[in-house]
Amino acid sequence: MQLAAIAEALSLSPDHGSFKDIEVKGGYSSDLLSDVMGKAAAKSIWVTNQIHPNVIAVASLIDAAAVIIAGGVQPEEGTLKKAEEVGIPLFTTDLPAFEVVGQLYQLGVRGTARSA
Amino acid sequence: MPAVGGLDALISVTYDIVANDFVRAGEAASKIKRLLQQLGVEPGIIRRAAIAAYEAEMNVVIHSYGGRIAANITADSIEILCEDSGPGIPDIEKALQEGYSTASEDIREMGFGAGMGLPNIRRSAEEFSIESACGQGTRLKVKILHKVGD
Ligand SMILES: Nc1ncnc2c1ncn2[C@@H]1O[C@H](COP(=O)(O)OP(=O)(O)O)[C@@H](O)[C@H]1O
Ligand SMILES: [Mg+2]
Repeated sequence: MQLAAIAEALSLSPDHGSFKDIEVKGGYSSDLLSDVMGKAAAKSIWVTNQIHPNVIAVASLIDAAAVIIAGGVQPEEGTLKKAEEVGIPLFTTDLPAFEVVGQLYQLGVRGTARSA
Repeated sequence: MPAVGGLDALISVTYDIVANDFVRAGEAASKIKRLLQQLGVEPGIIRRAAIAAYEAEMNVVIHSYGGRIAANITADSIEILCEDSGPGIPDIEKALQEGYSTASEDIREMGFGAGMGLPNIRRSAEEFSIESACGQGTRLKVKILHKVGD
């Protein structure tokens, strides 16, 4: 599924029109960085409540398709800067993580855990 | 860029790791990953090296006084060496257990300290060794073989 279609369906902000042709192969949700690092498959959309810059380091290392920071919390300045630097699409939403994951699932996005 | 199959010379890189610097944390692992991509290493192998490098780097950032990480890449293997200057691990057996962590509450709130770092590293590599002594620092060495599948 295309990231642009997901962003539109969930009214994610900011509206990153520049993120065209990014394929989302599945999803992962966790606030534990080692868990994401070890288990989330490449090209996953990652839903989290963490807001600090190391989120982007992890997202980039696992080749995440995008990060959604859920729950109406704002990412730190350094997180936004780093996301832009390394080219990871970063969205925020007021929806709680559970709602985000539910909506993603309804759109056809499925969980992508690598076997440990 | 040469494919790894054509890589006959050893390529080595070393990066310093600063304790408690959570903004730069992960940069050394990212640089190692980029180098492996440039060398044409297979994605599954890169992922395993990235996990090992990231977890080793974060342990130095979170638990140590600072140190450095090196990657030695040959046609056969990727070796990752990570050393720091202390305080060392009192009980290595315990530290290797899934879920064991001495990270503070503040660190845990950031999503670190799940006690999955060393287990993640061990799972990612064919060879794994860790040496540590109280007051002397920790030395972690892992080897990932190109030939083995993900
Ligand atoms: N470089 C290090 N220096 C000192 N202690 C360490 C180091 N690496 C790991 N440890 C100890 O081992 C424990 C387990 O490490 P790890 O599995 O990575 O989990 P976590 O980092 O989430 O605590 C740490 O909580 C810490 O007590
Ligand atoms: Mg750790």
